[in-house]
Order: sequence, then C-alpha cells, then structure tokens
Amino acid sequence: MTTQTNRMQHGAYNHAYLDEQTKRMIRRAILKAVAIPGYQVPFGSREMPVPYGWGTGGIQVTASIIGQDDVYKCIDQGADDTTNAVSIRRFFARVADVATTERTAEATIIQTRHRIPEAPLKEGQIMVYQVPQPEPLRGLEPRETETRAMHAYEEYGLQYLSLYESVAAFGRIAGGAGYPVLVDERYLMSPSPIPKFDNPKLHQSEALHLFGAGREKRIYAVPPHTDVRSLDFEDYPFDVQSWDEVCALCGCPDSYKDEVILDDEGTRMFVCSDSSHCSDRRDAGHAGPMAGHELDQGSADAANLEDAE
Amino acid sequence: MERADVQHQDDAALLAVRGLNKRFGNVVACHDINFELRRGEILGIVGESGSGKTTLLRCMAGQIDPDAGQVVFNSRRHGVKDIFALSEQDRRRISREEWGYVHQNPRDGLRMRVSGGANVAEPLMMNGQRHYGQMRELTLEWFEKVELDIARIDNKPRTFSGGMQQRLQIARNLIHSPSLVFMDEPTGGLDVSVQARLLDLMRLLVRDMGLAAIIVTHDIAVARLLADRLMVMKSGEVVEHGLTDQVLDDPQHGYTQLLVSSVLQI
Repeated sequence: MTTQTNRMQHGAYNHAYLDEQTKRMIRRAILKAVAIPGYQVPFGSREMPVPYGWGTGGIQVTASIIGQDDVYKCIDQGADDTTNAVSIRRFFARVADVATTERTAEATIIQTRHRIPEAPLKEGQIMVYQVPQPEPLRGLEPRETETRAMHAYEEYGLQYLSLYESVAAFGRIAGGAGYPVLVDERYLMSPSPIPKFDNPKLHQSEALHLFGAGREKRIYAVPPHTDVRSLDFEDYPFDVQSWDEVCALCGCPDSYKDEVILDDEGTRMFVCSDSSHCSDRRDAGHAGPMAGHELDQGSADAANLEDAE
Repeated sequence: MERADVQHQDDAALLAVRGLNKRFGNVVACHDINFELRRGEILGIVGESGSGKTTLLRCMAGQIDPDAGQVVFNSRRHGVKDIFALSEQDRRRISREEWGYVHQNPRDGLRMRVSGGANVAEPLMMNGQRHYGQMRELTLEWFEKVELDIARIDNKPRTFSGGMQQRLQIARNLIHSPSLVFMDEPTGGLDVSVQARLLDLMRLLVRDMGLAAIIVTHDIAVARLLADRLMVMKSGEVVEHGLTDQVLDDPQHGYTQLLVSSVLQI
C-alpha cells in the first residue's frame, strides 16, 4: 500500500477539525495523563461528527496531537481496510491534511480500537486508543465515587474477583480482551478492548500510548518505558492466546489470528488480524496453506478501490 | 517498655464510644451515647424502629460521620485510636481487615453479579490474597461451616434462598477473621425455623472465634440468645443498659418493661 497525501479545501475546517481552545484543553489532559501513568484524567469531551462508540475519544486525542508532518494510520480489528478505519483515516486526511499509511513502521500516529500492531513500535510513535469504558472496576462497582476512592487508595482487591470468577467457571483466567493491568505498579488500568495477546506489548514499550474515552470523558496514558503488568493469581499466571494454525494467507505462526468461516459446511481459515503485517509478509514472499484464496484477492481489490478514489 | 505498651493495648476495650451525637436536621438520631465493648463480647442493641439503632451502628462502622463524639477502636495496625481521627484510607483499611458488617437484607451485603464462592472469597482478595487454590480451599471450608451445599459454590447468590443468602453473607463477613462484626437485624425477614438455625449457627461461630459483635435487633429473642449485654434505645437515647438477663428479667425503664411484655407468647 502506498503512502498517500490528500489535499483538503483550505478554510472549511480548522486544522484537524477541533478548535484551538479545545485542542489546548485536551493537550493539558494528555500532559497530566502522561505525568501520572494509568490515571484517568477527566476532560471536556466534544460533540464529534460520528456517534459515541465509533471512536470519538480516540479521534479527539488524535485531533489534538496531529501536526502537518505526521503520518497517520488507523486500524479497526487490526485491519486497515475495514469501514470504520477507512472513514476515520479519510477524515484526518481531509481535515488535517496529513499523509496516511497502512504500514506500521511508517506511521507516527496509529489510531486503534482492538489491536496493537504486530510490528514492534518505535520511539517517537504514538498509539491512540478508542476506549469504550475506561474504568476497569466498573463491572464490579457501579458507583463512580467508590471507584475513585479505590484508585486513590490503591484498593484493587476487587479486580481479582473477576479473575476468580473466571478461574472458577473455566479453570483458567479466560478474559480475552480488555484484560486489566497495573501501570507502574500504581494505577489499575483497562487497556481498552485489545486482546490480552497484546498486553505484553504495552510493557516497557518504546512508544507513547494515549487512551481516549469520548462518552466517558476520560483520557489516560502509558508513557514509553513504563512497567505494565497484567493481573493474575500466583497459581494461575497470566498467559496469552496462541493458535495451533498458522495464518492461511501468509503462514505467520505467532501473530494474533481471526477465525473466518468460509461456508455452511464449517470450513474455516485463520488469518492474521493485522492486515498490514499479513500483506507485508506476503509481499516478502511468505505463503500460507490457502495463499491465493479469493479472500486474499478480495483484500487486494479493496486496497485498489481505495487507491482509485 | 514495648511489652508494657502491648499489654496496655490488650487491656484496653476493643471499642469505646464516647459522647456520640448524630442528628439529621431536627431529628435527633443518637444523643450522647457512651459505652465500651471488650474482646469476645457480644452487645445487643434493641429498640423500636426509628430509635437510632442503625444510625449508631453505621457511625461506629465509620460509614457516616457523627456530629460529635468519638469511636475509639483498638486496631491491630494502629493501636487505640479514634477512627474519625484517622485518614479515610486507614479507616477503610480497618474496615476491610478487622471488621465485618452483616446487613439486614443480604442483597445489600452481597455482590449479586458474582458467584457465591467469589462473594465469600472477596475479603481475602481485598486483603491481598493472590493464590486461587488457597482461597478456594478456605471458601469451601466456610461453605461447610455455614452449612451451605459446596456443590453450589459457583452459583449466583440470586439462585439461593433468603436464609442461604444470609448464611453466605455471614461467611463472607467472618472468613478474614475480623475482631469485630456489626450486624444489623441479621435475622430480619427470615421465617422462624430458618431464623432459629441461623441463630444457632451464629452463636456457635461467634463463640468459637472469640469475636466481638454488635447486634442491632428489634427482636428480643434474638438478643436473649446471642447477646451478653443489652442496650435499650428509644428516641436516640440509651434508656437502659446492662447484662442481657438482668435487663430482660428485671427491666427498670418503662419502655423496656413495655418491650419485654410485648413479646408474643404461644
């Protein structure tokens, strides 16, 4: 996929859509969030041109930090070519006049909901997460006053209740996504709905991770080189998902896989959820057991379609 | 010197309430309450609805701030201290580590969205236990102690009957070996046969563990079975205070006489 620059009609919007005062307010919240890793900073979330739940928090964070020289990548479920990712990427290409890319290594800002890219992140890169529910304790404690006190006094025993339930029901800690972590051994944090497969990538990461929750009006952050520990029990240590299958298209053995049902007979394939990682590998000559399948073709068509626009 | 200090602390009352006052607007809920509670002692507070029993209990448990007075607790971590002179963090820690609080309605004291076993194990996790196997073992032990079917350990509390929920709540409030348990009408809302078994069980557990307990009730029979001492409250004041048998067999105050004579006989 080629890097492309889109020209906007100047004057229709302020740079990156939000007005400068709002961006300053959000930047102040971000600074505070970076200063206190894992702490949820309240901010005045604005009405955005997409509904809550479609990534308004992440969009506002991106809008506040994006500059003219940034290269922007947006993924949804790990893929660059899903509807939501395409429309948010085009939104910033238009209102911020920035270059966009699908390659992780080329991007300076990567906005995401469900995944951290497979390719290792570098110093200087910023991950922006769209967070639906910033409060990891909310499912167990509905009162905001109480959860704030728990954060203030570091009372995180309650979170283990969900792990206990999981072990009691499934014989292992089964939580797949939004797996709670302790940041810098101080604040309990929900890493938004990324699979726990990606949790270890947050630990001592080279990149800056910013989390924006639009509806809940919270921003939090994991600065570079910060300890991030996934909670577990002494006798049930944290582990990540793994697959027996390799990626059907690129043959990658150790990436996070999506299961795709192909027909009514139950035929299925496992493919890398990170579409950029997968196409990079295919370009480099790797091939999986179902290489050349019509879905392989399909993604190439979709990419061509977008190029043509 | 240190030994003498420890000795002194052991001699001190576990809980001392001094000059406690609480009003809600013009309504006096508690007026000048004074008493002491020693280790292993069970105090019953009786009185009619609206006499200030529950308000007093919630003040002692640090859940509401009194307008005046002290609640001095002899804690393992802080020694003899007025709980309202401690920071909120320390007060919450004492409440977590050294107290239990049994609500009248088990739904107030249980987390209805997690299993019975998780409810019982929660205080352990709150106090830093991070080993699932050990917690599970202790939880099973407690299920047996309160006569709950261990096969139902992973069921949600809503599938339990009222009496079972109350036993679940009692297990949850005793599993972390507190030194003081507050109970607010622990047998209210249960039918009499279930009540009798629950009382029997509570008497056994409390005596076995050498717990101190403060039991608020309007049921004189409950007080008679469980309490060593009795405090009778009316309109926010303590009108009579003494050994349970003494108060019930020879009530001095008019209101206590009325209360004792009002018990239904079969």
